[in-house]
Amino acid sequence: MSRERSFTIIRTAVAMLVAILVAFVIILLVSDQPVESIKIFLLRPFSTKRYLGNIVETAVPLIFSGLAMALMFKASLFNLGGEGIFFIAGITGSIAAIWPQLPPIAFPIVCIMAGAVTGMIVMLVPGVLKAKYGASEMVTSLMMNNILLGVGMYLLNNMMRDPSVASLVSYKYRTNAMLGTIIPGTRVHAGFLIALVCAFAVYVFMFKSKWGYEIRMVGNNGKFASYSGINVTKVIIIVHLAAGAIAGMGGIIECLGMHKRFEWTALPGYGFDGAMIAMLAGNHPIGVIGAAFFVSYLRIGADLVNRTSDIPTEMISILQSIIILLISAERFLHKYRQNWIEKEAKS
Amino acid sequence: MEEYILEMKNISKIYGNGIAANRDVNFNLKKGEIHALVGENGAGKSTLMKILFGMEPPSSGDILLRGEPVRFSSSKEAIAHGIGMVHQHFMLVESFTAAQNIVLGMEPKKGMFVNEAEAVQFTKELSKKYNLEVDAEAVTRTLPVGVKQKIEILKALARGAEILILDEPTAVLAPQETDQLFEELIHLKEQGHTIVFISHKIPEIKRISDRITVMRASQSVGCYQTADVTEKEISNLIMGCEMDTSIEKTEPKPGDLQIQVEDLSYTDKNGVQVLKNLSFGVHGGMIFGIAGVQGNGQVELVDLMTRKRAIRQGDILLNGKSVKKLSIQDIRKMQFGYVPEDRMEQGIAGQESIAENMVSNRYATQEFCRGGLLDYKKIGDFADENIKEYEIRCSGNKQNVGMLSGGNMQKVVVARECSHDPEVLIAEQPTRGVDVGAAHIIHKKIMELRNEGCAVLLVSADLSEALKLSDVIAVMYEGEIVAYFDNTEGLNEEKLGLYMLGLERHSDEQIRRARG
Repeated sequence: MSRERSFTIIRTAVAMLVAILVAFVIILLVSDQPVESIKIFLLRPFSTKRYLGNIVETAVPLIFSGLAMALMFKASLFNLGGEGIFFIAGITGSIAAIWPQLPPIAFPIVCIMAGAVTGMIVMLVPGVLKAKYGASEMVTSLMMNNILLGVGMYLLNNMMRDPSVASLVSYKYRTNAMLGTIIPGTRVHAGFLIALVCAFAVYVFMFKSKWGYEIRMVGNNGKFASYSGINVTKVIIIVHLAAGAIAGMGGIIECLGMHKRFEWTALPGYGFDGAMIAMLAGNHPIGVIGAAFFVSYLRIGADLVNRTSDIPTEMISILQSIIILLISAERFLHKYRQNWIEKEAKS
Repeated sequence: MEEYILEMKNISKIYGNGIAANRDVNFNLKKGEIHALVGENGAGKSTLMKILFGMEPPSSGDILLRGEPVRFSSSKEAIAHGIGMVHQHFMLVESFTAAQNIVLGMEPKKGMFVNEAEAVQFTKELSKKYNLEVDAEAVTRTLPVGVKQKIEILKALARGAEILILDEPTAVLAPQETDQLFEELIHLKEQGHTIVFISHKIPEIKRISDRITVMRASQSVGCYQTADVTEKEISNLIMGCEMDTSIEKTEPKPGDLQIQVEDLSYTDKNGVQVLKNLSFGVHGGMIFGIAGVQGNGQVELVDLMTRKRAIRQGDILLNGKSVKKLSIQDIRKMQFGYVPEDRMEQGIAGQESIAENMVSNRYATQEFCRGGLLDYKKIGDFADENIKEYEIRCSGNKQNVGMLSGGNMQKVVVARECSHDPEVLIAEQPTRGVDVGAAHIIHKKIMELRNEGCAVLLVSADLSEALKLSDVIAVMYEGEIVAYFDNTEGLNEEKLGLYMLGLERHSDEQIRRARG
């Protein structure tokens, strides 16, 4: 158990390290002043309060989507619908933030609830199709993403669009609906606290509650779960509902915390980021926080290098691909692990 | 020093989960001998043979074939070097004919097409040469197990096997079929083939083999001339000590009928009627044994009983309630225990802890669950109690079940299914692939439950187990009960064998008594 665990940690750490080394190589190849660029990439994100704040605020949506994916993965479900849910929950939550008029604290809560409920309803589609008819949740959720983008864009264009602005954005949110900053001098908003609470709640749900127990048993061995009397259909639906709620919250919290209006005109990409975060975290909810901070640190680093020198931000997608590749490649470092096991078994 | 056709020196194999299946094992074969490889289940016999047959790479060690060092990276290479293996679970295409299976991958061609006539001719000649009778044109699915085994042996011989490995060949055979197999093996030996015979049945080994290599706890204990050792000595070598595995069996005290099977029939998706008007009843306080060669409807019967398949004709009553209207969850809520045939597939979640596996049938009860949260302290205590009672060898209740040996894994399953005082227990091959020590603990526990009034249905292909535990025994053959014995006195494996092969049959009146 502990051996298995420490191996996973080592493997993840090596994957992160390799990613950073690859970043160096790219910088060396592209940059005119490589040493300076590497320094900026690695150290500047920590240099000022504002940059540190950037890391935190970038991590917030990553935590939400990572949590949603970790839940799915724990049940052995490969659902990438977080992407579309971030978008559509942003739309419904924004509708709630534009028109009604509510008192300060209750207002954002209502908006977030709207996003969460939207996420749950949307996730029911792939969830029910999977549980009742055995349809691949990956295919249906990817299809849903496109549908949701279409529906969302229709609503944005025909209902929410602010005609007084040239670009395609919604009306302004009411001030009471927005999530305030919690650390002065940064843009870190209350959504960060909600993300932390959420991670803790998912941890308790996954490892302490009976539903979490069911989810893990179904994910580990579905036949065993149903033989034991666990209702697998029910479990699949519960996982979808929970993951949908979390992704939905993530979508609207990002909008209310970072923007004054709804500004997305394409899928924001957080759903796929979530898959990477969950993998990095080994599907552990507390690990998700760490993984989200790591990825967010890389992004801020890459962004700063891009601003001050000649390195394109696209570098970051190469790094992410490498991390995913190394972590999902089961036989990466396999030989090292086998030697380790053999040595231990012989002694 | 005699010339060995094969030597395996200091072979070690350590699997990815850290379990050492072989440690410095030495094994050798002389040309033209029948060499028995014996040991308890899990002692490492199959692993050693898988290494020889190229299915697993050894972690360390050398293999010398006819004096030349070899290392096979696939079975294909092993076959090319004249090694053949007949697996415990046959590797045959069920919808092909015997001839098609035998020539699979080396079909005689006529232009672009397979020359079927030549394949049949080839099979007939081969079967005549080795005195292994099969109907070349029969579809494999319709053939009995004994014949399928012959097809497997012919398949290996057709590929030029000089060394033939038979993995527990008698496990699936009735005693009479075993006799026939032995004659055929002796015939093969006379023609110069070398045979490795894996088994843990000592009388058979004594009868058929020239030499014996004994394995225990992943190591080779030694190699002996069969003539020089007695059955008792072999048994002690296998166990490492003398062990009393007898079970005290008191007079049964029959209670109410707990399981009633009424006119149950079932047709599978191939249109084969696998169960035909099955009727029997199991009383509380009794062990009802179902004996029979595997594949005669036992699996389907248990599947119907546990709601894995839906009942279409007939009915099964558990505790007076029809199973038809119940879901698996409903059945689980009754005092019901079920030890499944395949523990890896159904019995455990390998990546989760022993403690969590121990409560999968009752995690949601008041005992372990309060307001939706599980009480891990109590679950841990409960697991610790069972670990102690069942002597489960592990590093603690948080260890992953997948890291345990087969016997200890099975103890986890049995502990879970038996520790809530079930009124009904279905035990399907409860000690298959389990070492003698673990089997003894499991047998004791089943007997204990029976003494406490539990109705036990024991489905076992292991006749000695069925005879040892059962109060009454029914024999299943082709989906029917063909014999019913209301006590096991004077009953032996030979006698059961006659019914298992369908050679004899009780009167309908006697069979009707199985209804209880």
